[in-house]
Amino acid sequence: MSDPLIIGGQKLFSRLFLGTGKFPNNKMIPEAVTASGAQVVTIALRRVDPEFPEENIVNFVPKGCILMPNTSGARNAREAVRIARMARAAGCGNWVKIEVIADNRYLLPDNYETIKATEELAADGFVVLPYVSPDLMVARKLAEVGAAAVMPLGAPIGSNRGLQTRELIRILIEEISLPVIVDAGIGRPSQAAEAMEMGAAAVLVNTAIATAGDPVAMARAFGRAVEAGRAAFLAGPGEVQRYARASSPLTGFLRDED
Amino acid sequence: MSFYKQYQRFKDFDYASFFNRLTDQDIRRIINKNRLSELDYLALLSPRAEKCLEEMAQKAHRLTIQHFGRVILLYTPLYLADYCINSCVYCGFRVQNKFARKKLSLDELESEARVIAGTGLKHILILTGESRKHSPVSYIKECVEILKKYFTSIGIEIYPLEEAEYAELVFAGVDGLTIYQEVYDEQVYSEVHPAGPKRDYRFRLDAPERACRAGIRSVNVGALLGLYDWRTEAFFTGLHANYLQNSYPDVEVSISPPRMRPYPGGAAPRVMVNDKNLVQYMLAFRLFVPRGGISISTRERPELREYLIKLGTTRMSAGSCTAVGGRSGADKSTGQFEISDERDVATMARVIYSHGYQPVYKDWQTI
Repeated sequence: MSDPLIIGGQKLFSRLFLGTGKFPNNKMIPEAVTASGAQVVTIALRRVDPEFPEENIVNFVPKGCILMPNTSGARNAREAVRIARMARAAGCGNWVKIEVIADNRYLLPDNYETIKATEELAADGFVVLPYVSPDLMVARKLAEVGAAAVMPLGAPIGSNRGLQTRELIRILIEEISLPVIVDAGIGRPSQAAEAMEMGAAAVLVNTAIATAGDPVAMARAFGRAVEAGRAAFLAGPGEVQRYARASSPLTGFLRDED
Repeated sequence: MSFYKQYQRFKDFDYASFFNRLTDQDIRRIINKNRLSELDYLALLSPRAEKCLEEMAQKAHRLTIQHFGRVILLYTPLYLADYCINSCVYCGFRVQNKFARKKLSLDELESEARVIAGTGLKHILILTGESRKHSPVSYIKECVEILKKYFTSIGIEIYPLEEAEYAELVFAGVDGLTIYQEVYDEQVYSEVHPAGPKRDYRFRLDAPERACRAGIRSVNVGALLGLYDWRTEAFFTGLHANYLQNSYPDVEVSISPPRMRPYPGGAAPRVMVNDKNLVQYMLAFRLFVPRGGISISTRERPELREYLIKLGTTRMSAGSCTAVGGRSGADKSTGQFEISDERDVATMARVIYSHGYQPVYKDWQTI
């Protein structure tokens, strides 16, 4: 069954977005992309180095993938906007993941600055995917100013702690018409599957894959988990019951009357 | 605010009896904690904790991979000038040392920059001695203008500046500051800095904070190991880094644990700091500030540097030279100290790969 995710006019058949930081060797990136089936790959502009092709991270992203530069290192909206424009000028396309972080302990995003950057870049023709702490009002505002998706964190970046913000993400999925992509904190394939079962449009994974013992095998595992989670969501999982269903129903005596 | 207040809290602390009271159990409990207090960090620097180095190493290794990945950022120092009016007893540039001093002309700087850029490095750290006459802020700015053409991240390791001067350099394109207090103990500080503007302990101590207020992106602090008891010096360095991170959460904070190196005619270290001590310091710091950077320079031996890759290191210098004009060869001057790891950038990169880590040449972009 065809079940594409449409973002910025692009049809995506993989709902796993891949990050490219922290790999022990950039040569693993194309292998991980292929193994996972990911179509959207995020790169930090700070790592892009056109003058050094052998080490330039962009050259390790397989052709045909959608590049999603991120604004890693931006401490406010102004810096995020500048980085996004530099990325576009460097030929990285018009997708951008806004990442505004002014807290080096937990790397939590600054939602307020993120909204400002999103507004400016969306108006400038970018396909903007903002990384945020899950908050309904913020997500509504992002939708209003032209974001293409909302990317709430499941737990702090790199923490591998899974969907600690589950309840807030659930609310976003229910209330926001934009695709909700869970970004950050997903440490295991089972957690990715869980996000997808909840109805997330996609998940973005980096640390859990890049720092695994075998990053390529882990990328494959995540790809399958995301597919399984999505399939389960579409199949409509049964309700969770706290008790066994009574075999002698209380209303079994009622009959349709003629 | 000033870190001086924090320093004073622990200035007269009874370290010996604190260390004596620690049990093995205390150390194990601390290693397993999620967030360490200041005294937890001190406990990990104790003689008692030496027995638990392997456990500390395992955790430090895990934390570093989690937060930084298997990645080592490469940078190199570039000496602009060796004129200096200070008398630091441990330094080859001290005013008493008679040698032909040198300052790079902008043309010479450009040749040096070209040679370094040819290695692929994008992170440069520029250094000078303390001489506002020969290497004023205006000269540093001119140098930054040239270096911007070749490098995407420019750090400075120069004499301490006023906040407005830091702001000027940040505006010009400087994104990182390295400044070592050298020794946190105020008494020893005064002994090893017998003359010159560097005698002002407070002005130096507060320099990283002034740079943070001026909008710098990263600061790197450190104590020169060998000048005084390494455990307390490591403790104050960690407290300083932690203080800066708490006060300026948007700044990337890192430490260096430089050990004293010989220089021509130089004084011997007052205290020996062995490899085991150095490793204990790095591990304790990693557990205390999991996201803090740790920089390991070419002061350390090649084989030791390789072992340290897996023990919390996040940045390494490569292809270093401590003499002014040392790269392009023409008219090289006397070095500040002898380096120990003389491998070039390409070799270091290969070595890092061979340990299953990625050498990163570029991790910032001037914006």
